[in-house]
Amino acid sequence: MIENLDLSMVNWARAQFALTAMYHWIFVPLTLGLSWIIAFFHTIYVRTGSEEWKRLTKFWIRLFGINFAVGVATGIIMEFEFGTNWSNYSWMVGDIFGAPLAVEGIVAFFIEATFFAVMFFGWNRVSKGFHLFATWMVAVGSNLSAVWILVANAWMQYPVGQAFNPDTARFEMQNFFDVALSPFAVNKFIHTTSSSMMVSALFIISIASWYLLRGRHVLLAKRSIVVAATLGLVASIFTFYNGDESSYQVAQVQPMKLAALEGLYEGQTNAGLVAFGIVNPEKKVYDTQPAFHGPKIQIPGLLSLMANRAFGTFVPGMHDLVYGNIEHNIVGAAQKMERGKKAVADLDAYRQAKKADDKAGTEKHLAAFNENKEFLGYGYLDKPEETVPPVTLSFIAFRVMIVLGILFFLIFIAYLYFSARKTLERKKWLLGLGTITYVLAMIASQAGWIVAEVGRQPWAIQGLLPVTIARTNLTAGAVQTTFFMFLVLFTLLLIAEISIMVKQINIGPEEN
Amino acid sequence: MSDQSLSRPWLATQIYRLYRDGFRQMTVGRTLWKIILIKLFIMFAVLKPFFFPNFLATQFATDAQRANYVIEQLTQSAPGSVQPVKGESP
Repeated sequence: MIENLDLSMVNWARAQFALTAMYHWIFVPLTLGLSWIIAFFHTIYVRTGSEEWKRLTKFWIRLFGINFAVGVATGIIMEFEFGTNWSNYSWMVGDIFGAPLAVEGIVAFFIEATFFAVMFFGWNRVSKGFHLFATWMVAVGSNLSAVWILVANAWMQYPVGQAFNPDTARFEMQNFFDVALSPFAVNKFIHTTSSSMMVSALFIISIASWYLLRGRHVLLAKRSIVVAATLGLVASIFTFYNGDESSYQVAQVQPMKLAALEGLYEGQTNAGLVAFGIVNPEKKVYDTQPAFHGPKIQIPGLLSLMANRAFGTFVPGMHDLVYGNIEHNIVGAAQKMERGKKAVADLDAYRQAKKADDKAGTEKHLAAFNENKEFLGYGYLDKPEETVPPVTLSFIAFRVMIVLGILFFLIFIAYLYFSARKTLERKKWLLGLGTITYVLAMIASQAGWIVAEVGRQPWAIQGLLPVTIARTNLTAGAVQTTFFMFLVLFTLLLIAEISIMVKQINIGPEEN
Repeated sequence: MSDQSLSRPWLATQIYRLYRDGFRQMTVGRTLWKIILIKLFIMFAVLKPFFFPNFLATQFATDAQRANYVIEQLTQSAPGSVQPVKGESP
């Protein structure tokens, strides 16, 4: 098999970025979600004055601290990679990302850093009110720090509020608010934070269920479960709602991603959502092989509803998006490539005219470039079929995310139901399931990342810059070396986190 | 002014003591700080300088040169192949 893989520099750089991003993503959801849940625990303690709630709050703060400490700065590695492996991209987006990431550095980091110490060290040293305020500010700061990186990511998927400057080769920000408040950015932030709340609620449920199965720290476990399951249930509803909004946005802006997520090769009117099916991994967009092995189970019309907010509407398939479809007025990648190549040629001609100080030529080629610049990225593709992302991986990841999301929703309800009936301790099957839910939550969360990022390939910036041009001109060997170094480093860090976390969970709240 | 308020330490002193006592009383925190420091050392003293140089920053002296290089990459990377027309499969 290995000889069939494309082990070029670009693919190694992609693999390395995926490795670092997905490793970083092990820690991020817990930081985002657990900070809010801890703030709720702390609030209950301050309102009730109960020492049991204080012990509970301190225990979860300790686990939060372990996760934060091991995860902190793992995201910086991605910035290293931008400068080394993705230097063209890094240069081109510097003007767009500089502002939001600077805001993050100044505001969120300082809020987070200032109040962290008070949250950890403030017990009996600062007033209860100020201590609680610090805990809430840690949650605000942690989540604020996610805003700007998600704004940057959303911009890559939906590059609004920018103009390409052919003299500097940079995308320049035209309107900060268009970038910061783009519907993709807003939705991405809400979806990320609400799903992170689900992950964190399941983290608490997993540990608390383990305690209940062993009859340890029973009161702490029951109280933790009630709060976590309540917040998890609310977060589930938010996540479903904005997940649906995401699918609508993707259908409008990244229809190829939606088609890949559904394994939809030929467009359909009143398209159904595939609930179950085995994708044919050998299928190509241009051949006549079946898209699925065996029968598939579909929910009629649901994909049309999700994509267009109306049953009976047409959802384009990958074939339509690659080769075009006149009947449904869909311009294919093949046609976009023609315009993209004109844009590249005019960019080159503009550059040559400018060098020659040919003013008329400069104006002519700039005007021609501007006519086609929205298709610039297509000019770098060899074949229109390159616009199709990895279908099998996208399809499976999408279903893993959704199926597990529904399972978590049911688990939250079950925990609340049996907690209300005071029979939770007797439901060993549920507690057993609950104990492993954090692992499932991590799988779902990582699947979400795959859906968002693998599904948008081959684009670094949607329609404007493919990853093959975003890269640095390096050899694959240089990237391979650091790929394996990261693999070792991350594995060691993960082992460290799991060991420290397991030890603290075994100790429980008594030692706090 | 009461004796109590006279003996109250300054805010800066209070903040200093909060951090000092907090760090002193850490148990698992000491291990975590060791992990953080080792990790930061590996990242900034080993990985960044030896394995992750900023390509454009190290290869070019000015922004104009960097821009010129990237534009060259953009204008010379496009393949010249003719693509299939709509409806035709390769």
